[in-house]
Amino acid sequence: MANQARFPVRGTINGEEFEREVEPRLLLSDFIRHELGLTGTHVGCEHGVCGACTVLLDGESVRSCLLFAVQANGRKLETVEGLSQGDAPLHPLQEAFREEHGLQCGFCTPGFLMSLLPFLEENPSPTDQEIREALSGNLCRCTGYDHIVNAVRTAASSLRDAETAGAE
Amino acid sequence: MKPPVFEYHAPTHIDEVLELVAQHGDEAKPLAGGQSLVPAMNFRLARPSVLIDLNGIDGLGAIALEGDELRIGAMTRQRAVERSDLVGEVTPLLSETLPFVAHPQIRNRGTVGGSLAHADPAAELPAVALALGARFFVRSQRGTRVVEADAFFDGLFSTAMEDDELLENVAFPVLADGQVTAFSEISRRHGDYALVGVAVSLSVDSSGCCERARIGLLSVGDGPVLAVRAAEVLAGEVPSDELIRSAAARAGHDDIDPPGDIHASVDYRRHLTEVLVRRTLAAAFARASNGGSA
Ligand SMILES: Cc1cc2nc3c(=O)[nH]c(=O)nc-3n(C[C@H](O)[C@H](O)[C@H](O)COP(=O)(O)OP(=O)(O)OC[C@H]3O[C@@H](n4cnc5c(N)ncnc54)[C@H](O)[C@@H]3O)c2cc1C
Ligand code: FES
Ligand code: FES
Repeated sequence: MANQARFPVRGTINGEEFEREVEPRLLLSDFIRHELGLTGTHVGCEHGVCGACTVLLDGESVRSCLLFAVQANGRKLETVEGLSQGDAPLHPLQEAFREEHGLQCGFCTPGFLMSLLPFLEENPSPTDQEIREALSGNLCRCTGYDHIVNAVRTAASSLRDAETAGAE
Repeated sequence: MKPPVFEYHAPTHIDEVLELVAQHGDEAKPLAGGQSLVPAMNFRLARPSVLIDLNGIDGLGAIALEGDELRIGAMTRQRAVERSDLVGEVTPLLSETLPFVAHPQIRNRGTVGGSLAHADPAAELPAVALALGARFFVRSQRGTRVVEADAFFDGLFSTAMEDDELLENVAFPVLADGQVTAFSEISRRHGDYALVGVAVSLSVDSSGCCERARIGLLSVGDGPVLAVRAAEVLAGEVPSDELIRSAAARAGHDDIDPPGDIHASVDYRRHLTEVLVRRTLAAAFARASNGGSA
């Protein structure tokens, strides 16, 4: 068929540079998983509904299954792998999910974390209602959500504590 | 699933876009936020052979006051409009409605122009554009023409735009003295497409009389629906519970021919429309008697 031309994509992911050539129809989710080998970003539905593939593009949460990899050219990507690298302790958000049983099978978790990161930055003291609204774009088939809400509440408070400790 | 092969263009100037759409006609599709187009391509419901990415074009993402209109560039992200203080001040109906459009992750990419051009009958922005009487600036190599909201939407996922035309920006009238607006919808889960939604704009004179009403409805027809019969009930009248009830009944019974599906039957949609129109009108009139604020 017509154009199988490949396009360059260059950017950063979790602070590291990448450079590849891709077919334009390659989804960003598949690029991250198969080309960059970062399989923490999960793929559930490929039509924007489940939220499992959520990553940060220039700091904003987006569905990686609804972007083409070429569109990430010149951009900054962050995935769940960036939250805690190597032997570093878990990110407070991850720690809270573990403490509060905010995950069971864990399939949905990377998407929840990457959606919640900018949310808690913008709204460090959310109400439960606000937390539930912030979660509405991510599906979880295991937990029934209550434990996730608890985890977000806990994460918000430990992030606030870390903030005040840092300011002193 | 994965999208089929397409030819990808990432122009940096609108003239290149216009040339490409003129050349390829209905084979080509502009790619805005991709939040409706890419799912359709992943499911192979849409198979454009040429994709023209609008994301690299400067000047399509501005929000600016021009006289008594707020001009919003087609590529303005829904999230940017939601967060704009200017929008909140001069077209509060947009700010009130946007949180109901999908989820933040979708609104971070989804654009105002994409939503209006897509003309999904369940989308919020087309109904708001109808209620406010927005004007659409549509551009092609043949020039720019202005289409009124009432003429822009013409059926299921269909607009008055030709294949070689691009939506460049949309002008929303700035809130006038005595004008109040309100929005509400019912959906099964926050952020889901609504079962029914209502956008209301009323002009109320100093004696409290309703001079003019525009009521935009979503999810109750092939496209957004202007409830003209309900509006006639209100025009020239002083609002009362009874008046609002009879306007709402007109909306639910005479203004719409709603679809039935697994989420809501025809009768249930009529019922929801009547209830929501009643509540939304009451909320708007209450704002009017509070001097415009909520
Ligand atoms: C899970 C999910 C839930 C959603 N829920 C809602 C919801 O509750 N309410 C709602 O309203 N929407 C909802 N949406 C859709 C979302 O708002 C889309 O962003 C919007 O419908 C399309 O905007 P876009 O910028 O993403 O356009 P795209 O998907 O890029 O394009 C849509 C169509 O418009 C055409 N187009 C785009 N821009 C132009 C232009 N400037 N000129 C001419 N044609 C153009 C494209 O060629 C395409 O045919 C949802 C989407 C998802 C994935
Ligand atoms: S895989 Fe992207 S939203 Fe489900
Ligand atoms: S933990 Fe299994 S889907 Fe959420």
